[in-house]
Amino acid sequence: MSTTVTGRTHEPAPVQEEPERPPSVPAWRRKARPYVLSIPAVLIIAGILYPFFLGAYYGVLNYSAINPEPIFVGLENFARVLTDSQFWGSVRVTLVFAVVATGAEMVLGVGVALLLNRASRVGRIFERVLILPLMVAPVIAGVIWGLMYNPQFGVLNYVFGLGSTFNWLSTDLALWSVILVDIWIFTPFVAILVLAGIRSLPRDPFEASEVDGASWFYTFRRLTLPMIWPYILVAVIFRFMDCLKIFDHIYVLTAGGPGAATRTLQIGAYEDSIINLNYSLGSTYMFLLWILVFITARYLVSVLGKAQRRAAGAEG
Amino acid sequence: MSTELLPGRRRFTLTSVLADLALLAWFTFALFPILWMVLLALKTSAEQTSTYFAFSPTLENFGTVLSARGTELTSVDFTSTLITSVVSCVGAVLVSLIIGVPAAYAAGRWKYRGSNDVMFTILSFRFAPELMVVVPLFVIYHQIGLFDTRVGLIWVLQLVTMPLVVWILRSYFQDLPEDLEQAALLDGYTRRRTFLTVALPLVRPGIAAAALLAFIFAWNNYVFALILTGNEANTVTVAITKFLGGGGQAYYNLTAAAAVIAALPPLILALTIQRYLVRGLSFGAVKA
Repeated sequence: MSTTVTGRTHEPAPVQEEPERPPSVPAWRRKARPYVLSIPAVLIIAGILYPFFLGAYYGVLNYSAINPEPIFVGLENFARVLTDSQFWGSVRVTLVFAVVATGAEMVLGVGVALLLNRASRVGRIFERVLILPLMVAPVIAGVIWGLMYNPQFGVLNYVFGLGSTFNWLSTDLALWSVILVDIWIFTPFVAILVLAGIRSLPRDPFEASEVDGASWFYTFRRLTLPMIWPYILVAVIFRFMDCLKIFDHIYVLTAGGPGAATRTLQIGAYEDSIINLNYSLGSTYMFLLWILVFITARYLVSVLGKAQRRAAGAEG
Repeated sequence: MSTELLPGRRRFTLTSVLADLALLAWFTFALFPILWMVLLALKTSAEQTSTYFAFSPTLENFGTVLSARGTELTSVDFTSTLITSVVSCVGAVLVSLIIGVPAAYAAGRWKYRGSNDVMFTILSFRFAPELMVVVPLFVIYHQIGLFDTRVGLIWVLQLVTMPLVVWILRSYFQDLPEDLEQAALLDGYTRRRTFLTVALPLVRPGIAAAALLAFIFAWNNYVFALILTGNEANTVTVAITKFLGGGGQAYYNLTAAAAVIAALPPLILALTIQRYLVRGLSFGAVKA
């Protein structure tokens, strides 16, 4: 079974002449076919894009539940948000969360994948259940970890002998505790992708490096890591983008608190638009987050494209 | 030793023991919370906060959360939220399949003007911050009466299910050798018949994997139901957080029992499609 990363080998064929077509199918119908097939999907897209643009439009209004007849206020919301220290606090929390969680998940995920690749007896048993944390809903993960973190009866304080006063979700620790939950959920995602990558590698270079007597670390750094880099980048894209819009388990565990210690951008937007019913302010938050996500996505995808081309070239 | 990077080679050395210990450490961390959830679900209300590992297990909690008694105790009608989750997730996946399969086929088989735009717009739904769409939908749904309905959920869940279905299936259709379809066309099959009798049966594993994965992620979704439903059309993920809220006695054991029930469908489905998970989770970007 071989593994490839798309963009390298498979490109859709251009619309081409079909051999010996029945005369009842005129050329224009064949040309129109892909468009006709896509129409339902395009309608769904329109149905999703409409609220999206409406949300962007809310950003230049003063729309809220107490002001149901909004007027155009220009960039007032943006000026208000961009000079608000709470917003920049949310930006900081979001970025710290995304960078630390993604980084830790990559290191641990690659580590777990390398260990599982050894195919020891222990490893083969564990590989079957590797996926489990990823398949538990993040909300449920939040609920379980919330019960485990509980200072009075939580099992973590009991197991680690921390007494009943140690608070995992205090102002100083809360962000790190929710990052730990994210690591618990999503490290298997990275491990699964990277393991598939490692298993697809050709054996020859590794056998050569063994013959040459290269050390484990040298082989890993010079051979394995460059070859699985495209897989790691795919994992980085998924994880980093998801971390920027993180909501579920943080909301269940801390609802953004204590204070604003874990108030990520989506939680801030939720507070503004759904709890305080100030739709315009919440939409402004979301629009700014969307720009951040968009720029990051463009950058990461271009890095991935380069890495894939390099890997394709290197492997010949 | 570099042999460790090779698949299939085993040695019983100090390194291999250490590696197994490291794996054991990881999986203790990874499996303990799930084990803890199950243990808590087996405790009585008297034991739920007073004991850690030694207790007399009971299955009573599972019956309680699914019955009227559970609703009485916790004011959460868990059974009806289960039905809502099943109906809205199955509905969302079916809509995505009916609409997404033709689009995936078109994008996988032909390169036509705008195909990349359509595909990347669909993919961007996966990465867009949910609230950017959900806040306006919250206002719209209130105006047109879709707030707190299963139809409303099916509609918004397309954000989750559509990108998965379309992108996974596009990669499957791309892998399908075009010669097969050309042969059928030469035999006088129409394009529609070729699609239905040649292409579609060959990507059946892909359709199953995409549908199940889409179901899992729709089932696990929280933010849509949190914002777009009130009391009538809550999903299981919202219901579980409600077990903890409210004053009075807290039923952690019932919460855990409900969590176990809600976590089972995704876990079972994931284990059945394990072979196709890598490709599905990466939206077809990694083919294993």
